[in-house]
Parts: sequence; structure tokens; C-alpha cells
Amino acid sequence: MDQRNGLEDGVTTSMLAAPEPVQAAQGAIQNNAWLIIAIPLLGAAVLLLAGRRANGWGHLLGCATVIASFGYALALFTSVGGAEQAARSLHLFSWIPVNSLQVDFGLRIDPLSLVFVLLITGVGALIHIYSIGYMAHDQQGRVGRGNTERRRFFGYLNLFVAAMLILVLGNSFVTLYLGWEGVGLASYLLIGFWQQRPSAAGAATKAFVMNRVGDVGLALAIFLLYARLGTTQYSEVFARAGELSTGTVLAISLLLLLGACGKSGQVPLQAWLPDAMEGPTPVSALIHAATMVTAGVYLIARANPLYTMTETGQLVVAIVGAVTLLVGCVIGCAYDDIKKVLAYSTVSQIGYMMLAVGLGPAGYALGIMHLLTHGFFKAALFLGAGSVMHGMRDEVDMRKFGGLYRYMPITFATFAVGYLALIGFPFLSGYYSKEAIIAAAFGEPGWQGWALGGAAVLGAGLTAFYMTRLMLLTFFGERRWQHRTASDGGEFHPHESPPVMTGPMIVLGIGSVAAGFLFTSGERLVHFLSPALGELQEGHTVLPHSVIPVFTLGFSALGVLVAWLVVGRRPVPETAPSRVSPLVRAARADLYGNALNRAVAVRPTVGLADGLARFDRVGVDGAVNGVATTLGAASQVLRRWQTGFVRSYAMSMLVGGVLLVAALLSVGTP
Amino acid sequence: MNLLLALILLPLLGAIVVALLRGNERAAKPVALGFSLVELVLAAVAWLSYQPGGARLQLSGSVEWIPQYGISLSFGLDGIALVMVAVIALLMPLVLGFSWRERLPAERSRGGFFALLLVEQALTVAVFATTDLFVFYVLFEIMLIPMYFLIGGYGGSRRQYAAVKFFLYSFLGGLIMLASAIGAYSYAASVTGRGTFDWATLRGVLADAPTSVQVWIFLGFFAAFAIKAPLVPLHTWLPDATEQAPIGVAVIVVGVLDKVGTFGFLRYSLPLAPEASQLLAPLVLTLGVIGVLYGSLQAFGQTDLKRFIAYVSIAHFGFIALGIFAFTSQAQVGAASYMVNHSIATGMLVLVIGMIIARGGSSRIADYGGMARVTPVLAGMLLIAGLSTLSLPGTNSFISEFLVLIGSFATRPVFAILATIGMVLAAVYVLRLYQRVMQGPLSGTALLDSVGGPGAATDPEVAVDSGSGSGASRLALRDLDGREIGVLAPLVVLIVLLGLYPAPVLDVITPSVEATMSEVGVTDPVTSQGGN
Repeated sequence: MDQRNGLEDGVTTSMLAAPEPVQAAQGAIQNNAWLIIAIPLLGAAVLLLAGRRANGWGHLLGCATVIASFGYALALFTSVGGAEQAARSLHLFSWIPVNSLQVDFGLRIDPLSLVFVLLITGVGALIHIYSIGYMAHDQQGRVGRGNTERRRFFGYLNLFVAAMLILVLGNSFVTLYLGWEGVGLASYLLIGFWQQRPSAAGAATKAFVMNRVGDVGLALAIFLLYARLGTTQYSEVFARAGELSTGTVLAISLLLLLGACGKSGQVPLQAWLPDAMEGPTPVSALIHAATMVTAGVYLIARANPLYTMTETGQLVVAIVGAVTLLVGCVIGCAYDDIKKVLAYSTVSQIGYMMLAVGLGPAGYALGIMHLLTHGFFKAALFLGAGSVMHGMRDEVDMRKFGGLYRYMPITFATFAVGYLALIGFPFLSGYYSKEAIIAAAFGEPGWQGWALGGAAVLGAGLTAFYMTRLMLLTFFGERRWQHRTASDGGEFHPHESPPVMTGPMIVLGIGSVAAGFLFTSGERLVHFLSPALGELQEGHTVLPHSVIPVFTLGFSALGVLVAWLVVGRRPVPETAPSRVSPLVRAARADLYGNALNRAVAVRPTVGLADGLARFDRVGVDGAVNGVATTLGAASQVLRRWQTGFVRSYAMSMLVGGVLLVAALLSVGTP
Repeated sequence: MNLLLALILLPLLGAIVVALLRGNERAAKPVALGFSLVELVLAAVAWLSYQPGGARLQLSGSVEWIPQYGISLSFGLDGIALVMVAVIALLMPLVLGFSWRERLPAERSRGGFFALLLVEQALTVAVFATTDLFVFYVLFEIMLIPMYFLIGGYGGSRRQYAAVKFFLYSFLGGLIMLASAIGAYSYAASVTGRGTFDWATLRGVLADAPTSVQVWIFLGFFAAFAIKAPLVPLHTWLPDATEQAPIGVAVIVVGVLDKVGTFGFLRYSLPLAPEASQLLAPLVLTLGVIGVLYGSLQAFGQTDLKRFIAYVSIAHFGFIALGIFAFTSQAQVGAASYMVNHSIATGMLVLVIGMIIARGGSSRIADYGGMARVTPVLAGMLLIAGLSTLSLPGTNSFISEFLVLIGSFATRPVFAILATIGMVLAAVYVLRLYQRVMQGPLSGTALLDSVGGPGAATDPEVAVDSGSGSGASRLALRDLDGREIGVLAPLVVLIVLLGLYPAPVLDVITPSVEATMSEVGVTDPVTSQGGN
């Protein structure tokens, strides 16, 4: 392929972390790339403004816009892919121009943004199609005509796609910020989609607020960049990153990391993501697994020229990733709610990605690769979980499942493929991407290699355990639903989902199998990304290279075995056992993450607000009224010839005013 | 005839006509609306004829009034005054549209109400337009009178208390300002031999005044403006005024009247006391940041919808003060554009909350819950106003808040970092309010007791069984009608439009801010290389 030649030239010319040349967009396809964003944005506007008139066809429009964007993205990919590897910039208009601050609204088309655009629109289109079936029933279980909820759902989903595309395509930190909070809004709307449920409303607010905490970091990083460099545009910032002092680079890298932790559910801002499962399952698949929550990884990969300059910054990122991946695994082992297990699995897998991009040039591309493979298999898993719920009256408690493989063969098959990919079964996609990260983690020097690599391997074992447990509880064993009733009181009649749902699951299943091989053969993805991320550096691992996969596979096999011993061999109790070890108890309580948030942030804020409200009434206003009363009393003298409340006050103040004038005149006279 | 003079006199003329028609409500209402719409057209013409980067004051004109004291009726607009005139011209028809059917206290005529609103508009335009310090003072005080009657005559149950409090606070501030104005006059007299209240002349004279003189002048102005654009701890009149005022009046109070304070900082405090402004900047910055944090926490702790709005505004005025006194062009443009964007966002928030109260008859937050299912359009409007209030990127307020913060970070990083915490608190108080009023199951006495009268919903999709008691009762809860949507729609359009393309506002404001900066004698800190 001549494309490969071009890529290899690109590799040799692009220096590590050196500013890549940026060219203006060329040709009609590149110059109109804004259409990729505009089409779903227009779709959202139509769906949300048209009202009930659009109920009949809204879902079709919603799908069509994302498919159109995907088609355009493919065309764009072809137009750029074969040419030389420069990033293309497309200036659209001047957004916030005030003297030396010139924020343009522009797009940056480079390998990194392109893979994201393809992921967002591709997986996005599949999940839109799936949602036609999943959202066919409204809350009352009514189907079809007059389905206002489904139209609204597609409107929000289109809004999300547009915002996410702005996030990855923007050419400055400020346009990224626009998309960043835009996806936060879409996420808020979709988590709280069933807003009459207090739990959904609470989860939505929590997600937005915790994200805002992270956003403060991102905002301050932008302010600092502008204060030091006078620009917020990527090409300028990266070209002149060398002018920044070491301390500034470290501060920026930590502030960006705070933003990344909020968006990507990393410790210590992870607690919102599991709650976000209150949203409809396609939302969990698209936003809270495949795309939005990986934005933090994108941010760090995008800012790689800055991170490459600070080893301390990198190390902090890697540690956050390692801690998060273990926290996610441990909690994932403890839940019986199928979506919560998958949610913590997402937290944990993003931990792997963070770990990877925290390794610097040795890991940026690996983090993105895992992000892409994860996008496939985690979307497949979530859609599978949605399909199970669809056939099981929206039940999420795995203790009520069991033996479902016979009733939902397609769901089972695609779910199983996703499962194997996630636990890193050889030659499926997750195997390639996770294995590479673990090897790179061991490549860090000294104790860091052992600690980070060890955490990653341990995480692989735990992942195998909780995912095998999930598989066994859901699809195998006794049919525990037969003598149970659903939460709404009805009986279970498990059934396979319609083709409009299983179709996207099959495609994602195929992706879960093939993606890893496609990406890694000839190191295709790594080479493709190298103009944006620098060339992948391989370090010397503290363990021999050949030992690491054996190590990982051994731990994973152990995890599978233990899961089988714990839940596969024995009947599953109807309720979770209560006499358990402190670790399990802690895991069930999310390792006290929520308790900590409540103690550290929520309660003090609420207390302070209530206290201040009282203080304002009694203290501040009381003092003012006290002064007024005193003045009023003083002016009683004047009341003989003054009637009326206002005038008496006014008079006393006039006297004060005159005194002040006198004081001023005496001072002011030169 | 001078366009600016027309902008001042037209609402006054309208007020007279409407007052004469006040016995006939069906005639008075459309006439008032018609005048406000013509005023809006005039404002648009003024905007189009304004040349950014042209003369410091445009559309100007002058008539001598009391020549022996150097007082003249002189008018002119800079970019900041222009956008404020445009904002009130935009808000007035919306306020009239909102108040079209609002319940007024017994014995009060709607014609009188509308006439007073038009008088207030004329005075507000004049206060932004005047370039004579003495006339500014006079208008600053006269403005209080129609407002006193609007709150005290048409407001809620404690309206008298609120009106008097509002009046006294502002009046006192005004008097102290008068002291400064006279001080400025006499200083000019002592230097040039001829006293004057002309803004441009005073600016030139006072720029060289000794710091001690400037400090006194600054503090006098500060008292007036810090009360008007309430800075903590001089803010407590605003929650009472907002709570007791009719909704339309509350829009004018938080949307326009308060801005006279921040406008005063930019037009009078800074150019007339440049050294003192820089010297005392830390004081104002501290109050500004306290305002951001204190106002936000207060907003979170409120139990009343209208008081909530007041504290939200106090938080936003904190941002504006921060932006003005950080002394970078970005921060100051941010602050000046915040004056516009706050009017749009908070104006919409007040109107939406008014529509909620019109349905439930209560302003207690706890009396509402779960409205979104029954009134989805109303819920969407509250959310849009709320998102602009919390400065979501893509909305108008983001541009201003971003500029204030990025600009003040360059010179005053500690203040900027503290104010950035306000971003999180804004998300908390806005979304918490939305959650309590709109989300969850339908609840709250204001809603569940509003059992169907003639206006009850008849559409089975909209009506919801009240659940408590009387079986077939239906809620008298209706979504927004065409008039209400018409009132809000222009604001929604502006929120999105100015969020994505703020250049029309920024282009007008920037040259005026640059002029102010150079009058103060400050320049932007030099980053190693500007531009992109």
C-alpha cells in the first residue's frame, strides 16, 4: 500500500514531541469538514424544536445524521490518509477576539482527531440504530406513535455527537473546552433522561457537578497557558512549549489531569460514573463507555508535547491510572447490578488507558489503541446488557438472571465475544491493546516498573474474575428468574431482541474480535498516530518481554478459575450474603468514595450555605437595619416639621452627605 | 432630531400617552408595547450607526443648563453605554409582554404600571447617555422614584418595606456620590479657575490630581456604585427588592438598574480617579471575590425562588467587579459584556421563574416538584436560562466569564483562582434548583393544590392525577402558551447566538474599554508573543 510508504516517511521525519507542521486544509472535503459537526447539531436542533410533529420520524432523522457524519468522516480519512502527514487546520471564524487574546473557532484534522471522529460517528451510528429498538417503548410500555420520549432521546444523542466532535476536532484548548462542557451537558440530560425518578435526577446533577470540579482544572490550565504564551491554540502552544518553565509545565499537566479525572471517572473524581448508569443503556454504551469518558485520555494524548516535558507529571498520571484501575476492579467484583459492574469495569479500563498515556512517549499510542478496542468491546457489552434488560423487564440484578444463553443466543454470542476481548483472551482485540500496556508499564525504570506493571497484571486477574462472575451469573447456571418476580411485579419472559438491536451488537462483536489484529499488524495504528503522538518508544522492561504475556495470561486464567469456583459450581443465593469480609463490605460501599465526597464536600457546603443564609438575614441585614433604626431614632428630632418615613430618613442622610462634602472640600483644597 | 435624544424622549412620551389611557386597559397595553417596540427599533438604528473605534462618545449633543456652575444637558454614547441602552430597549417589550396578564394588587391599573415602566426606561437611557456629572447624579436619584412606586405600589405583601429599603440604600449612596461630584467640581475650579461638571473636562483635570484627592473622590463614587451593583456587604436591599417587586420590575432591577453601578465604575470611578482606582483595586477585587463565593453559597441556601435570583446576581456582580478592577483589556471587556449577558441570562431566569410562580402561586421552592413531566417547555426554558447562568460554554455568559477569568488571571491570579471556584458553585445552585422544581415525581403544595378551575388542562397527555385525594381532580398546570414562548424566544436566540458568535458585542465594547484603560494609564501585561 502506498499509504504505508507515506506513513513511514512521516515517521522518519516527525521528531519526538517536535511540533509537527500544520498546513491549511485543502480541497472541498477538508474545507467543508465542519459539516461533520454541523449535521448532527442540526439534527439535534430539529428534533428538540419540532416537538410532537417529529415523533413519527425523529428517530430516523437522528440515525441519518450520524450515519451521514460517519460517511463524511470516512471520506475525510481517505483524503488525508494518503497524503503527507501534516496536521490540517481549518479556520472557520474568529470566536473570542479581544486584543492579544484571539480564540479562533477552527478545526484540526490530524491522525489523532481522525481516529476519534471515526470512533464517535461509527460506534455512535451503531448505537443510534440500536436505540430505535431499545427506546421503542416509553415509560408506560407503550409502543410507537406519539413516542415523545424517543424523539427527545435522539435529540440529546445527536447533541452529544456534535459536542463530542467539537471536543476532538477543535484546534485550541478553548474549543476543546466548548466540546468538553457540551458533552457534559448531553451526559447530564441523558443520565437524567427519566427525570421523574429522583435517583436519575440526582445522578445527573452529581455527574455535572463532579465534572465541573474537574473543569476548573482545565480552565485554570487554559488561563495559565494564555498568561505565559499568549495563545491557546494547539499548534502555537506546542511549538513554543519550550519557553515554559519546568514548574509551569508541571502545573499545567496536573491541572489538565484534574480535568481528565473528572471527565474520565478517575480517582478521586470517579464516583459519578457508576451513578450515571441511571441513564438508558445505549447512553451508557456510547457516552459512559465508548466515547465521552475517554475524553480525558484524549486530552492527555493531545497535550503530549507538554507531558513529554515533565516526568513528574507523567508519573502522577500513571499512578492515577494504576490506582484507578485497581479501584475499579475491586468494586466491580462486589456488585450484583450488571450495569454497575460494567461501569466499574469502564472506570478500571480507562485506568489502563491513563496508565498508558502516563508512560509518556512509550505509551501515548498504546493508550489510544486500548481506547479504540475498548470502544468496540465495551459498547458490545453494554448493548448486550441492554438487550438482556430488554428481555428481562429492565431487571439489572444478576442474581435474578441465569441460564439466559438459551433464550438470547445472539446476545449471548456477542456478549461472550466482548467478554473474551475484555479479559484479554489471546488474539481478540483487548489482548493486543492491554498486553502492550502491561509490557510498557514494566518498561518504566526501577520501582515504578514493578509497581505500575504489577498493578496492571493484578488488574488483569481481577478483571477476569469479575467478568467471568458476570457471565456465569447472567448466562449460565440455574434459571433463577423462573420462580422470581421482576421489580415491577411482573413475570419474566426472556426473549431475544429485535434485529434492529442485535444487528449493531453483531457488528460491534466482529469489531471486538478483529480490531486488535487490524491495529497491530505491521503496527499500523501506532505508525498512523505517530505524527500526532510522536514515535512509540520501547523501553527495556524489568521483566523479559516474553515472560510478561505468560504472566498476564496466568493471572487472568486464575481469575476465571476462582470465579468458576465461587459462583459457577455452587447455587447462587437470592440475596447477596451479608456475612462477608471487610474488603467486600468496603467494595460494596464503593470503597467509601461516596462517603468521602459527602464528608469532605457535600456536607460542609450544605452546612455553610445554610449557615450563611441565616447569617445574611440576621447578621448583615440585621446590622444594616440596626443602623437604619439608629438613624431613624436620631432623626426623631427632625420629625416635628417632617412627616413621612422616607423623608425623615432622607433628611438624616442629607445631613451625612453635607458633612462628607465638607470633609472632602477641606481635604481637596490644595 | 438627535437619535439619542429621541431614545430618551420616546419612552417618556409613551409614558404620558399610556398614563392618559390608563382607564382603558385594552388600549393602554398595545400602545405601551408599541412605544417600546419603536424604541427597540431606534436602539437598533443607534447600534448600526455606532462606529466602533470612532469618537470616544458618539451621537452626542449638548444644551447649556446652568452655565454658571458648568452644568449642561450633554449626552453621548460610548460602546458600553450603547449596549446597555440596547439591553433595556430589548428587555422592555419582553417585560410588558410578560406583565400582559400578571395579577396586580387590587386598585392598581395596568396602564399606570406600564407608564411607570416606560418612565423608568427613559430615565435609565438618560443615565447611561449623560456626560455631565451633575446630571448623572440627578438622574441617578430621580430614577429611584418610579422604581419606588413600582415596587411599593405593585409588589408583594412586604412591598412597602422593600421599597423603602431600596430607596434609602440607593439614595444614601447617591448623596455620598454627590459629595464626590462636588469635590471634583471644586478641585477643577481650584486648578483651572472655572468649575465644571463636564465629564471629559473633569477627566483631564483629575488625572493629575494628587492621590489623596482621588481617593476621596473614588470612595464617594464607590459608595454609590457598590450599593447599586450590590457588592457584599452592601447587598441586602436586593433580595428584598427582588422578592417583593413584581416579576417585570425585578427584571428591570437586576437586568438594568443594577448595571448603573458597574457602568459607573467604568465611566466615572476609573477615568476620574485613575490612581486611586489602581491603589484601591485590591479592596474591590476582594469584595468581588467575596461576592462570587458568598452570593453563590447564598443562592444555594435560599428557599425562595425570587431571593435565589437576587443572590445569583450578587455572585455575577462579583465577577463583573473582578473583571473591571483586574485592569486587563480581556477582563474588562469580559466585565462590560457580562453586563449585557447577565441581563439576558438573568432576565430570562427571572421571567421563567415568574412563569412558574404564575402557575403555582407561591415563590417557595419547596412548594414545587417534578414539573418537567407536565410542562416540558417551561422546564426546557428554565434549563436554558440556568445553563446560561452557570456559564456553560456555547452560551453567552460563558464568553464574559471566560474573559473575566482569563484576563484577571494574568494580573491577579489568586483572585482569579478563587473566583473560578464560583464555576462549580454555579453548577450546584442552578442544577439543584432545576432538580427540586422540575425533576422527580410531581409534588409540592403549590402544584398539587391547584386543582382544575376553568384553566385546567384538558389534554389527557398533560393532565396528571394529583394522586392525593379527590380522585378525578386534574391539575391546573399548563405548559407555556404562545405569548409566554414569544417573550422568552428572543432571549433564547441571543443566549445561543452570542455564545457562539459574540463578535458583535465584543467589537462595540472593546474600543471603549481600551479608551478607559488608557485613561487609567494601564496596559495589558505582555505575554511573550500575542495573537495566535
